[in-house]
Amino acid sequence: MPVLELANISKHFGAIQAVNDVSLSIEAGQVVGLMGDNGAGKSTLVKMIAGNFRPSHGTMQMDGKELILHKPVEARQHGIEIVHQDLALCNNLTAAANVYLGRELRRGVGPFRILDYAAMYKRAGQIFAVLKSETRPRDLVKQMSGGQRQAVAIARTMLSQAKIVLMDEPTAAISVRQVAEVLNLIRHLRDQGIAVVLISHRMPDVFDVADRVIVMRRGRKVADKTIASSSPEEVTGLITGAIEQV
Amino acid sequence: MAVTLDQTIAQKQHTLLTRVFASQTFWVVIAVILACLFLSVATDSFATTKNLYNITRNITFVAIVALGMTFVIITGGIDLSVGSVLCLCSMVLAVTMHAGYGIEIGIAAAIATALIIGAFNGILIAYLGFPPFVVTLGMLSIARSLAMVASNNTVVFQFGPDHDKLLALGGGAFVFGIANPVLYMIVLALITGFVLRWTKFGRHIFAIGGNEHAATLTGVPVRQIKVAVYMISALAAGLAGIIQTGWLGAVTTNLGNGMELQVIAATVIGGANLAGGMGTAFGAVVGAALIEVIRNSLGLLGINAFWQGVFIGGAILMAVLFDRLRNFRRNE
Repeated sequence: MPVLELANISKHFGAIQAVNDVSLSIEAGQVVGLMGDNGAGKSTLVKMIAGNFRPSHGTMQMDGKELILHKPVEARQHGIEIVHQDLALCNNLTAAANVYLGRELRRGVGPFRILDYAAMYKRAGQIFAVLKSETRPRDLVKQMSGGQRQAVAIARTMLSQAKIVLMDEPTAAISVRQVAEVLNLIRHLRDQGIAVVLISHRMPDVFDVADRVIVMRRGRKVADKTIASSSPEEVTGLITGAIEQV
Repeated sequence: MAVTLDQTIAQKQHTLLTRVFASQTFWVVIAVILACLFLSVATDSFATTKNLYNITRNITFVAIVALGMTFVIITGGIDLSVGSVLCLCSMVLAVTMHAGYGIEIGIAAAIATALIIGAFNGILIAYLGFPPFVVTLGMLSIARSLAMVASNNTVVFQFGPDHDKLLALGGGAFVFGIANPVLYMIVLALITGFVLRWTKFGRHIFAIGGNEHAATLTGVPVRQIKVAVYMISALAAGLAGIIQTGWLGAVTTNLGNGMELQVIAATVIGGANLAGGMGTAFGAVVGAALIEVIRNSLGLLGINAFWQGVFIGGAILMAVLFDRLRNFRRNE
């Protein structure tokens, strides 16, 4: 059974049809590359899954139950986590503090509760170990490399029982070596049985790490096939419109 | 032996000692101590009980307001209205008590005034998106004007039936001969330090100063917290006003004039960053101490008081210079 299923989803802003009748399903432990040119509707689609927008038409289902999201917090409660393009990190805080931002662990009784530094350092360290990332929980994010910063942002998604992680252009602005690091992080997420939706412009990354590729153009889904049965040339054609649909 | 991933992750890069040496606050403390040692040797009048009593008490008013300001500055904001709010709260206390009400009602009225002003500032800033500088600049003018209206621009020095209680509260020394204001400052500094380091609220304040957008995205209640910090800042100014009223025994509409600059200077000297994301309670107190020691020493050394501004301004620039030098080294 798919984790997330979208049926005939549309979204329009006034006269502009941003997403038009898109249906797709995402399986656990699968990496799906979501590709398309600027304005193809990728971001709008992702924002509906993340609870930022409500679809104009169509339904979303999670684990077979209808999913209605009014705000991003609700998406998180359903196990949908987002890694934002700018990573949403605070440079002045430690890695552990960033991982736990907004859901800090505390200890104590009743209203007298203080931050549980030890537990947060420990748990953050464990998550970095699972991600096989050399990231120290006590270090300030300010001093970290692009790959480590990605690890911190991704570690957030592993605090609760995430089912789907949406990643917005995670490899857009980092070095080649760090790209490899991030792709490994994605594989580690997948190995935990988490579904990953990778929004990317970078063809090599998608073909390296994804199991499936979905291509959007002008608000419509024009392709949805396994990586093995596609090729970068075909996907390029689909993105630009040289190939109409497959 | 190969270093495993777990060892790398568990490694601590900074020991307590390196952290202490890297902090601006530490060097300001050293500066204060050196200045005190020098003054003890160079003058007969510095290390006297009376002078030290004066210095510690003078530090407190700036320090208490600076503690509240620290919250605002860590979020990346600024509160220029504290001097006027201090004056207005003093005046509300004075006028209420002068009219025959008890000290409890007077203090409650002063604190309520502070909280209302703080909430007003905070709501304009957090919910309507006004720049903090502009809102609090407006309040600087409004609050002082209201203080003049409340008192009809007169000096209030009779505080009704609880007159003596108020003077004891601010001017007395309940414990071991330490001036009361100093005790209040220590208690408030400890509370501030605790809140900043050990509570979720404190953590979120730093997060907002570091990256407000990120804080919003991760579910931090940014707006509510911003309102809260401006209320805390106004409350600190109000408390300082109450204490200062008891200490002075009279309130004029000139009270706290220009104080906002001293307070901001103390916070910055103590290591807070006006861009947000950095600041400590201890730093605010130490910053206030350095300013007061400079001020006091100029008098004792017989240097013309007109030079005061130059020395205090120099201290601000020096403190920030240290911070810049550290950053240059790190970026190399």
